[in-house]
Amino acid sequence: MTASQARGAAGARPTPRPPDTAVVEARELSRAFGNKVAVAPLSFTVARGELFALLGHNGAGKTTTLRLLAGVLTPTGGEARLFGMSPLAHGTEVRARLGVLAENPALEERLTGRQNLRYFADLYGYPAERVGARVNEVLEQFGLAGAAEALVGGFSKGMRQRLALARALLHEPELLFLDEPTSGLDPVATRQVVELVRKQVSHEGRTVVLSTHDLNLAQRVCDRVAVMRGGELAALGTPTELTRLAPHGKLRVGVAPGERAAAAALIAARHPAADIASPDDAPDDPGQDTLTVSRLPDGATPSLVAALVGAGLSVTRVEPLEPTLADVYFALYGAEP
Amino acid sequence: MTGRRARAIRAIVAKDVRVAFASKAVLVPFIVVPVLFTVGLPLLFALIAPAAADQGGDLVRQLGELSPTLLASVAGLDDPQKVVVLGLVYLLAPLLLVVPLMFASVLAADSFAGEKERKTLEALIYSPVSDRDLLSAKMLSAWLPAVTLGLGAFALYCLTANVAAWPVMGRVFLPTWMWVVLALWVMPAAAAVGLGATVLVSARVSTFQEAYQLGGVVVLPVVALVVAQAVGVIYLSVWLVAGLGLVLWLAAAALLWAGARRFRRAEMIARL
Repeated sequence: MTASQARGAAGARPTPRPPDTAVVEARELSRAFGNKVAVAPLSFTVARGELFALLGHNGAGKTTTLRLLAGVLTPTGGEARLFGMSPLAHGTEVRARLGVLAENPALEERLTGRQNLRYFADLYGYPAERVGARVNEVLEQFGLAGAAEALVGGFSKGMRQRLALARALLHEPELLFLDEPTSGLDPVATRQVVELVRKQVSHEGRTVVLSTHDLNLAQRVCDRVAVMRGGELAALGTPTELTRLAPHGKLRVGVAPGERAAAAALIAARHPAADIASPDDAPDDPGQDTLTVSRLPDGATPSLVAALVGAGLSVTRVEPLEPTLADVYFALYGAEP
Repeated sequence: MTGRRARAIRAIVAKDVRVAFASKAVLVPFIVVPVLFTVGLPLLFALIAPAAADQGGDLVRQLGELSPTLLASVAGLDDPQKVVVLGLVYLLAPLLLVVPLMFASVLAADSFAGEKERKTLEALIYSPVSDRDLLSAKMLSAWLPAVTLGLGAFALYCLTANVAAWPVMGRVFLPTWMWVVLALWVMPAAAAVGLGATVLVSARVSTFQEAYQLGGVVVLPVVALVVAQAVGVIYLSVWLVAGLGLVLWLAAAALLWAGARRFRRAEMIARL
């Protein structure tokens, strides 16, 4: 399923508006800790109703960027603006309109799920007469109604993540910052969280900025992706735009059983710059061995196939592969997926 | 202050107190120490007073030699009564300051360093509560219960002492004016000192135990006070106690000022 199909499946989505309606702006925003640069000057905007991802390895500067944007960390240079205001000068006002899911759920384990939510409703000044109903509503929405009176210390990781997400949405913020929302979750919990995040944008019209190293999540659900590397913005665009940056010439080649090593050697000899997936990474079909070859020069496929056949190898399959966000990501990071 | 800000502060205080008392590490000292100081020690002193006076008139004489003023304060009492008054009114008085000091230290350690240790601080930092309100709430969540429980301990001590020593004294002898000043003026100051020291320490440590143990060092001057009075170096008169309170309030103000300077969400999150 493509990103647009995935989004369509979740309902009609507002098209991201131009930067003049930007909810989030980073202008040459940077932060250093001593001599270590955590975030190099970076600039980008996030439009109202957009689902924007900061994608990168651990230590790429994603969490620091979110903290700078929220105004809870002072930048070394540049500035952030949320809703057109500086979060440093108008922290209370800005954060009242912002919901944050930190990398750690940051829940009080000695309190129940309901007590955790009521506490934050008071902190955010949610109308007192509506707190009870709102807490029940989000508990129901996040599938936690049955565990509302249990101490959070006994919750599973997935339940904690859902409760933390419920807490971030409790005061009905216009903007959500989600730091690694699916980190450490099993596939079922991941799917639940992804669906909940997607719904926040498609049904509730919220703006979401999430940080992740989950390539699948970024490609499937995000409108735009900023790839961060070593605190720098390495690439920025829609998933489709970014895949155009991927190295072209990616093929899946099938040969007769036992011929994989010979085929790989021949390809490597003809195209030293090409990456050839190790046999363990390539799916095998009955009756053939498979190689995944990327970074081939444009137009190299016919002559390569001819050379394989000419060398006496039985080529059973030649399939051009569409580049993915993973190809871009690993190209930027210098490692093959 | 707006209703919204007051509501947020109340919520933090209520949450911190609830979370603190849900912890055994907090609850155990809150039960053991007050019971020992407010029930155990006065009971013991009152019960052994007659025997101590019979066998140890020397004790009374020695105290008088070291502090004639102290002995003058018990003139007219018989020996068992002197032992009761010297012990329960003067000797143990400074010890009661340990209760609010310790309570404030434990609660502040759980509120400041404990929040870091439980990794719940980040969510609070992202909330719209200002740094100043956050600090006020955190301080109140340690100081208010410490003073409330300290006053309760004071009342319990007076009750236990009067009841237990009734056979010897035959009258209500506590509280004295010195004790009233101690309870209403010095005890809140002692709680503020415990709080201030722990707030300062909590900025540098990351666990409840570290904060509690380092912040607990402020109990040492109280111990010195007990020793000083026991050996007759000082005599806790109303004026001396009032002066002691002033010194403690000034120390608390200095500690809280130093701690507040470090309480900036931007600095706290950088250390997470």
